[in-house]
Amino acid sequence: MSTRDWLLDDSPATLTQANLGRAWRMMTALMRNPLAVAGLLIILLLLATALFAPWIAPESPVGQNLQARLLPPSAEHWMGTDELGRDIFSRVVYGSRITLMIVALVAVISAPLGLIIGAVAGYFGGWVDRILMGLTDVFLSLPKLILALAFVAALGPGIENAIIAIAITAWPAYARIARAETLTFRNAEYIQAVRLVGGSHTRIITRHVLPLCTSSMIVRVTLDMAGIILTAAGLGFLGLGAQPPLPEWGAMISRGRTFILDQWWVATMPGFAIILVSLGFCFLGDGLRDVLDPKQGGEK
Amino acid sequence: MATDATMAVRAGRGLRGLGGFVVVTALTFLGLLAITFFIGRVVPIDPVLSVVGDRATQAQYDAARIAMGLDRPLIVQFFDYVWSVMQGDLGRSISTNRPVADDLLRVFPATLEMATLGIFIGVVLGVPAGVWAATRRGEWVDQVMRVFALLGYSVPAFWLGLVGLAIFYAGLGWVAGPGRLDIFYEGLVPARTNVMLIDAALAGDWDVFWNALSHLVLPASILGFFSLAFIARMTRSFMLDQLGQEFITTARVKGVPEWRVIWVHGFKPIRVPLITVIGLSYAALLEGSVMIETVFSWPGIGNYLTTALLNADMNAVLGATLVIGSVFILINKISDVLYRVLDPRSR
Repeated sequence: MSTRDWLLDDSPATLTQANLGRAWRMMTALMRNPLAVAGLLIILLLLATALFAPWIAPESPVGQNLQARLLPPSAEHWMGTDELGRDIFSRVVYGSRITLMIVALVAVISAPLGLIIGAVAGYFGGWVDRILMGLTDVFLSLPKLILALAFVAALGPGIENAIIAIAITAWPAYARIARAETLTFRNAEYIQAVRLVGGSHTRIITRHVLPLCTSSMIVRVTLDMAGIILTAAGLGFLGLGAQPPLPEWGAMISRGRTFILDQWWVATMPGFAIILVSLGFCFLGDGLRDVLDPKQGGEK
Repeated sequence: MATDATMAVRAGRGLRGLGGFVVVTALTFLGLLAITFFIGRVVPIDPVLSVVGDRATQAQYDAARIAMGLDRPLIVQFFDYVWSVMQGDLGRSISTNRPVADDLLRVFPATLEMATLGIFIGVVLGVPAGVWAATRRGEWVDQVMRVFALLGYSVPAFWLGLVGLAIFYAGLGWVAGPGRLDIFYEGLVPARTNVMLIDAALAGDWDVFWNALSHLVLPASILGFFSLAFIARMTRSFMLDQLGQEFITTARVKGVPEWRVIWVHGFKPIRVPLITVIGLSYAALLEGSVMIETVFSWPGIGNYLTTALLNADMNAVLGATLVIGSVFILINKISDVLYRVLDPRSR
């Protein structure tokens, strides 16, 4: 029996085999979608770049060389140099670490927060539901970027505060999804069965409700990543996110603003990195939605 | 008779719907106020210290604290805040030294002008593009539109603004640069509405009008691109739903010309959901204009907000947040209501 047959067995012997089989089926479905594969490759590229930045970047991201100021792209400096003679390509490479850190932290903070709020609202219903969803709706009906700006203004500029501000504006969408999912199975027989054998509310929510919400959550988080990257870059551009000399892409574009008319490469090069990574998440999110969450794929 | 009765029932339902709308909108506004209050009074480490400075004596500190009303319970402070906002008092800006409400009133028309031209571009190009993509499903037009739409989600607005300036202003010289007018046209027409195009047209000064338009067209097109991407994508998916229906096949079998099938039979039913989409993207444009205005030094509300951010001018920041948030909520709710009124299925 080949590994493939074992994975695709209709009557798996163990839970592990069933889970692995499901994962295998999803992978093959995902691989059939060219855009999703492209997205996956871009994100793997981002991960590899962030991981191996010191080996990929030819120069230090902060090392200045005032004799090589504002050089145009060439074989030596692929993306040219900035106003302090720093190699832009090296800075873009190191910047991938910051971008990755921002999206990872925002996802780690806001997705579980939204998940728990939505699941609790959907599971208990009644007043709990009304209050939590009222709060969610207020946040949802406000412009995200403006809200993030106001939060950063109060917290003070800096990358940690930017992450907190973005996370505060990102959770409501997840709460909405988690609530909708929870409502569909809160009265299901298996939930009542757990309740009958004496499972506490906490146990039901964490062990039986939350796991079922994760797949639509993964899709949504992936689709939101592009927006998160753009907001973070926007905060960086306004000088409210990562502070110099950190090679954050938005902040780099902001530095290049002064030279945009003559030394166009300083501002444009980091922009291409932002577009590439955002597109990657969009592609992958679209593909994942088709595989994990076929009922949402109404736009096809 | 029977129709009167149904009319009355319908009117009653409409009224109840309207009442619900007013309550929900009012609650959302209260939520917005709670958030700005929270940001302004609770998040900063110490609002008193930021006013008196860290060299103040304890007595000065206490006096300032009482003068700012910060010794009262939070809930009292909150209702006090709501009350003053309702009276149009948003506090004073520390950088312009004018009431924030006056400042906002002065800068808002500039944003409105840009966003309106932006949504116009988005609708005029986006709707036909979406319909076109739907009728050519899977062909190259459709693929190009798809990539275009995804780019709308992945390109930073401020970056596109800078690239646009570099290409169309510095490179090709097709449009004017940042700002609303060239410096020697400044102050030539009386500011009646603060919408430059209207002011210039009212004054009959066409030189100013064309100059203002040439300043406006690039930032508005860039804003328009983002709404175009969204509107085209949504139009396409609505249209695909319609074109798969049986009445479309019936119309084709009857020999109705294809343009009529598409634009009359297919397009009519999607006008209502499109209104919601256009409303949503108009609201999103106001948000996007913050970045674009910063890049183009456009003296609108976005520029005001970012300038205030850099000066740590909290009253101005919160005032601008409040105004943008309110307009955002209002547009969202109005398009929601329009949808309900116009779509017979939701009655």
